[in-house]
Amino acid sequence: MGRASSKEDAGALFHSLRSAYAATPLNLKIIDLYVGFAIFTALIQVVYMAIVGSFPFNSFLSGVLSCVGTAVLAVCLRIQVNKENKEFKDLSPERAFADFVLCNLVLHLVIMNFLG
Amino acid sequence: MLADICTRCLTAKTSPQKGRISLTFTEMARSLAGFLVLVLVVSICEGASLFQPISDSHRSAALELFTLDHGSFESLEETYEALRTFQILGMEKKPDVTAAACRSISETVGSSSSTPKDLFYALKANSIAECKIHEKASKGIISSLNAAVRGASSLLDFYYSVGGLVLIKDQNSKDDIHLVDAEGVFRSVKAFSQSDGRWRYSSNNPESSAFAAGIALETLAGIVSLASSELDQSLINTLKNDISKLFDSIEKYDDGTLYFNDKLVDGHEYQGPLSTTSSVLRGLTAFAAVTTGNLNLPGDKILGLAKFFLGIGVPGDAKDFFYQIDALACLESNRVPIPLILSLPSTVLSLTKKDSLKVRVTTVFGSNAPPLAVKLVGAFSSRSKDASLVEIQELKFDQVSGLHILNDLPESIDVGSYTFVFEVVLQEAEDEMVYVTGSQTKVSIFVTGLIKIENSEIVILDNDLGSIESQKKLDLAGKNAASLLANHLQKLRLSFQLTTPRGHAFKPHQAFLKLRHESEVEHIFVVGNSGKQFELVLNFLGLVEKFFYLSGKYDMELTVGDAAMENSLLVAIGHIELDLPEAPEKAPRPPPQPVDPYSRYGPKAEITHIFRAPEKRPPQELSLAFLGLTILPLLGFLIGLVRLGVNMKNFPTKPVPATFGVLFHLGIGAVLLLYVFFWLKLDLFQTLKMLGFLGVFLVFVGHGVLSHLAAASAKLKSA
Repeated sequence: MGRASSKEDAGALFHSLRSAYAATPLNLKIIDLYVGFAIFTALIQVVYMAIVGSFPFNSFLSGVLSCVGTAVLAVCLRIQVNKENKEFKDLSPERAFADFVLCNLVLHLVIMNFLG
Repeated sequence: MLADICTRCLTAKTSPQKGRISLTFTEMARSLAGFLVLVLVVSICEGASLFQPISDSHRSAALELFTLDHGSFESLEETYEALRTFQILGMEKKPDVTAAACRSISETVGSSSSTPKDLFYALKANSIAECKIHEKASKGIISSLNAAVRGASSLLDFYYSVGGLVLIKDQNSKDDIHLVDAEGVFRSVKAFSQSDGRWRYSSNNPESSAFAAGIALETLAGIVSLASSELDQSLINTLKNDISKLFDSIEKYDDGTLYFNDKLVDGHEYQGPLSTTSSVLRGLTAFAAVTTGNLNLPGDKILGLAKFFLGIGVPGDAKDFFYQIDALACLESNRVPIPLILSLPSTVLSLTKKDSLKVRVTTVFGSNAPPLAVKLVGAFSSRSKDASLVEIQELKFDQVSGLHILNDLPESIDVGSYTFVFEVVLQEAEDEMVYVTGSQTKVSIFVTGLIKIENSEIVILDNDLGSIESQKKLDLAGKNAASLLANHLQKLRLSFQLTTPRGHAFKPHQAFLKLRHESEVEHIFVVGNSGKQFELVLNFLGLVEKFFYLSGKYDMELTVGDAAMENSLLVAIGHIELDLPEAPEKAPRPPPQPVDPYSRYGPKAEITHIFRAPEKRPPQELSLAFLGLTILPLLGFLIGLVRLGVNMKNFPTKPVPATFGVLFHLGIGAVLLLYVFFWLKLDLFQTLKMLGFLGVFLVFVGHGVLSHLAAASAKLKSA
């Protein structure tokens, strides 16, 4: 009885999440997709390292950290751009996007240096 | 063998044959024992030394020492010394030497500023070189010398002036030169004498010397010869007393040589024993030439003086050479008794070669002696110091060689070192006055011979019973390769007999057995003897610790050696396999063997650098596969964007913002491309430089487009 209900509950939860998510604005969905892409790339790199060993370690780190870093910056951008966030009402989305681009460029410079 | 080298070394200076010392040593000849033997033999030689007369080695040395320096000698004194030496040694006059001498002589003689000393030496040199002197020059010399005699105040002034006059008188036969007031001059010279027979140089200088005595005697002899009338005989007699007092102060060395020496007071004025003795002899001889009746000089003292000069050998200095030769010439001059020297061409005799004892008696210059006989009056060895081993016998004289020979050594003379005592007896009675021979001459003789080695064998014995386990006969003269086995409970016995050529027992200086292990550890044992029988017993039970418990193969080597033994040997006997028990914990380790010095300082082994092994890389296919896999999410992203319905509607339409927009995107693309180049080949500084420019450009452009977009959306919101 409980098990069946938890299963049903899970299914109901999943559906409601899905429909709620459809309501989010497009630009946020783009950002989410970008974050997903970045994380997925990082995961593939970790799997590769698990297979072949961590030599050269610096390359692995820079690869993984570039993905994780850009994901983090994208999340920051999503927070700032989201209209429902009252804290960032005064910050225009263009400004947030400019910050995102700048930070990404700096991050990638460091990553390229560390890549070796 | 060793004694042969010893005696050759000792006589090398005076021996005419410059034979090369053959270095056919065996190892034992170099050992410490051999060196000690050398020292022992030398000390024996000290007591009974051998004097060789002047020989050709002196003549060749004279040619080397008296050389012209840039066509002339340094001074007239040296010119004279060179000429006189060549004259005494009978070497023919060299024309360049004579020419150089004549040049300096005529220069000195012709100059009016020459001192009496220069004139003296010039005239002395001229007496040998026989250059012509002008009438006028000789007259000038005579007058200046006469003036010098009158004005002389010191001994040397008198010496040069009087001496010069004597020489001029000898060279100039027509002029009869006389000393005015010869007696007065005699007395003034005599005033310099002292009571101990020595003379002073001048009245204000209190120091006296024997060297000055010689000079004074020469001067006085010159005065006597120049005197026009007989001098007072009493003056001459007092002089004879002075001479005998001078002889009282003669000094002696241990080997029987006599010499005159002065006290070293002032280094400047000091003349060594050689020049002092030479000067005294010259003076004596000169004085003896002018007096009638002999001086009664003791003969043994003359012989001692002769031995002193001969004992020098060949001097290395020209002045010493002159003093030696000049003094010896005085001894041959017939004014004093002529010493006869006994010498031996060889003091090492071999019993095997049946060497005969040869003795030569000559004058100091090697000239023939008058008829005489040489007697061997005694032979002593270290064992019989008082009793002579031989009876008194006369040596046969061989006319052809001029040697006195004893053909066969007596039976009582075995191998070893001896002191032979000789006596020289003149056969004509009148020669006793003319020659002096000395009483007895001691000479040390070394006799060598072949030692017979017989009955040599090596035996392994059982310890307790003494029964023979294995026995091997050895041939010590030839090759041996005995191979023995023993353990620590057994004994090794080596025995042999040594006999001298005369059949007596012989104890060599060295009789060693050496055992050498394969690890180069060596042990040496001395073979003891009783009479002729030599035996060594090695009890391995007691030697186990000495051998450091090393079992294995030991090489055996026997050394039997002695200076008197002509067949000294160092032979390998063979080897012995020793079985010793295991070493206990606390046993001493064998000493480390000396490292070959060349290997220690030679090049070391080459070190090859071991590089860090490169990390294992994954196969290339796997890496490429994952590269593809990494691209997949990007594709997924792009596909997702399309599915979401991404559009470009918000792109600004107006031209300025549009260009800004395009440039913005291009700028970002350029930065990313720059990063790719940075990874591929640029370095950080170049990148940062480029980035600086691009960044500024991007900021400017981005600001432009984004501010336009912001303004547009704000307008939309407000509207």
